[in-house]
Amino acid sequence: MAYVAVKGGERAIDAAHAWREAARRGDPAVPALSTAQIAGQLGRAVERVMAEASLHDPVLAALAIRQAEGDLIEAAFLLRAFRTTLPRFGAALPLETGRMAVRRRVSAIFKDVPGGQILGPTTDYTHRLLDFTLLDDAPPPAAPRASDPVEAMPRVAELLAAEGLLRPEPASEVTPFDLTREALAHPAPRDARLQGLARGDEGFLLGMGYSTQRGYGGSHPFAGEIRMGAVSVELVPDELGFPIDIGEVVLTECQMVNQFHGGKTEPACFTAGYGLAFGQADRRAMAMALLDRAMQAEELGEAVTAPAQNPEFVLAHADNIEATGFVEHLKLPHYVDFQSEAEAVRRLRAAALAKAAE
Amino acid sequence: MRGYNFAYLDEQTKRMIRRAILKAVAIPGHQVPFGGREMPLPYGWGTGGIQVTAAILGPQDVLKVIDQGADDTTNAVSIRRFFARVAGIATTTRTTEASVIQTRHRIPETKLRADQILVYQVPQPEPLYRLEPSRVAARRLHALAEYGAMHVRLYEDIARLGAVAISYDYPVLVNRRYITSPSPIPAFDNPKLHRMAALQLFGAGREKRIYAIPPYTEVRSLDFEDHPFRPHRADGACALCGARDSYLDEVLTDDRGGRMFVCSDTDYCAGRAA
Amino acid sequence: MSAVPDLPGFPDPVTDAQAAFRAILWAQSHPGAIVAPAPTLAVPPPLPIAAGALLLTLADADTGLWLDPIFAPARAWLRFHTGAPEVPLSRAGFVLAAGLPALDTIGLGSDEAPQDGASLILPVAALGEGTRWRLSGPGLAASTDFAAALPEGFAAFWAANHALFPRGVDVFLCAGPRLAALPRSAALEVA
Repeated sequence: MAYVAVKGGERAIDAAHAWREAARRGDPAVPALSTAQIAGQLGRAVERVMAEASLHDPVLAALAIRQAEGDLIEAAFLLRAFRTTLPRFGAALPLETGRMAVRRRVSAIFKDVPGGQILGPTTDYTHRLLDFTLLDDAPPPAAPRASDPVEAMPRVAELLAAEGLLRPEPASEVTPFDLTREALAHPAPRDARLQGLARGDEGFLLGMGYSTQRGYGGSHPFAGEIRMGAVSVELVPDELGFPIDIGEVVLTECQMVNQFHGGKTEPACFTAGYGLAFGQADRRAMAMALLDRAMQAEELGEAVTAPAQNPEFVLAHADNIEATGFVEHLKLPHYVDFQSEAEAVRRLRAAALAKAAE
Repeated sequence: MRGYNFAYLDEQTKRMIRRAILKAVAIPGHQVPFGGREMPLPYGWGTGGIQVTAAILGPQDVLKVIDQGADDTTNAVSIRRFFARVAGIATTTRTTEASVIQTRHRIPETKLRADQILVYQVPQPEPLYRLEPSRVAARRLHALAEYGAMHVRLYEDIARLGAVAISYDYPVLVNRRYITSPSPIPAFDNPKLHRMAALQLFGAGREKRIYAIPPYTEVRSLDFEDHPFRPHRADGACALCGARDSYLDEVLTDDRGGRMFVCSDTDYCAGRAA
Repeated sequence: MSAVPDLPGFPDPVTDAQAAFRAILWAQSHPGAIVAPAPTLAVPPPLPIAAGALLLTLADADTGLWLDPIFAPARAWLRFHTGAPEVPLSRAGFVLAAGLPALDTIGLGSDEAPQDGASLILPVAALGEGTRWRLSGPGLAASTDFAAALPEGFAAFWAANHALFPRGVDVFLCAGPRLAALPRSAALEVA
């Protein structure tokens, strides 16, 4: 009969996990965090974890954050490893962000736009002063409610396109690439690139997007529109043949508008970079839009000179689950390889010293 | 395990991996892309090997898992437990008892048989990546069998240092066609790749590649006629079993330069010492 | 939804597919070796049992299938149990042929993606008897004889295919429940 060896490694792992569990709970005299508290009060963290896990489920994301002690990359990893075991029932219809129930909408390229500018629940103009009243859990002041219902809000990009100023993006009926099911091959089409960005590490997207503003593949961006709000998700079940509403998700959508000098076959116009993220996530959606535009460089006939313009580079390094695994794997035992290196270095040194002695 | 399929992966994912394995066997040494899945272990910790193992494993199999040649290293323990938990299969530490052996960084000293499969965990399947970091460009080089840059790199070592300065993950030419990474095994193990009776499967989860070396396939470590490939090991005998033919780990015993050497393959060592 | 065919598929899809896969993997790793992936599987005639077992094991909604019209009676069964869509011959990952197709009509992969070359499932009159062939290449310790009643022109077909390496097709010969593989890496000549 085969057997499992019980040696030091096994006992050490069990002990380590038990210690970890005890440490995670913290002081038992302090009440435990509930997932409802995390989902309700740490919304930005929950949204980031859902984006990087490619799974919209605030409760499970909150659970993952709690289990990971607030390590958001670890939480996204937990959620992704769960996601991969889920069966697929079908694909939703494309979301209609033009029909979003808008909570926030700003355009930097017009003083006013149809539907107006709506700041929404933003921190943009707060003074970053620690609010010590939160130490006492003081109830917040009541937020005023708008008296007028929100008007219809056409997307700003569509207003530009109507004038012919924005490079048209042809509609496609092709089923989008799914990099959770297939290995990405380069040159990656835009749908695959956008999917890779949508689940990319927020810090990486931010840094790479920032690099384009500092001249590494500059694309002269303007924030055409940032809108945030709830959008219906619709699905056409096979047995019904017509769309049904299966719920809604809150999204932030960003359209960057960038200068384009025109090519051999087309006159100058503006081009768009696109960003989309779960929840209220201006930073993420804007960085994504900068990178989406930068990665169109080759297709637009622009010189590809900067890392942000190289889709293979960006997409291979944007995934923080992959990156953290490979960086951290260096702490696994490597003593066999190190031994072979040490022997090689000793041989080379001995040979060099013998030669020097001649 | 309740709530999960046999061996964790769903059947559609297993089929996708099985198709990739069969093509990999048909094109020895060629890296076949596959739709690698997120596994409940981190990338870089054997997710590629685990997916390959999960796709081939059946209830009759007996699994051995080694890391650095040892069955009791923490990651080997973790992976062995994973399969015992999600597949309920028998595990062993004996090389001769195993039908499937998953390994990181070593090939067992005991000669493997035709009825065994060796699954390697591969961190970096692209052997040309230090010369050509773009995988798009590297794929083109493989397509053209344009391997001059690799030979130049090895020759530069010889010219500068008198020997090739690669001591692990030493590149090989499989079936006279593809330059292939043998995974980060010490170059000492490279001769075992050549005409091995067991099927060798390589899984790289993060890079989403699978490749294979079929049984009895010619595998040549890259070298030059005037500088033939030479496998190295620490010059000594195992302090536990006295072996002079096995790969040795160096263990520091004090802070005054004291050291001993012991077999890296713990099963081989235990079998000899018994 | 496809109509439910009369015959079931694998009685135990998880275990049976795994066992069949290991038999096919053995065959692919040892060119010419004869295996029986699922000898008791009930398949609609005239489909060879081994061909049915291979497709149930490996084909699904993600793999295009091309069927020779002679296998039309098996169409509903294959569709229901694999979900594999039927596609034109040149785009099929699995080609279930009745006779030997012209090599240039099947997917052969590219130099960069040779794995895209098709898997050709070829029913033959007999495996283990018939003309003796000599095989060599990866998977074989030494050149090995194997006997099979291969279709007319197979030697030339295979020589052309093998010469394309690493591009090419991989062939699975099926006779009733028995199967032997010829991966493109194998060299074949009359013994």
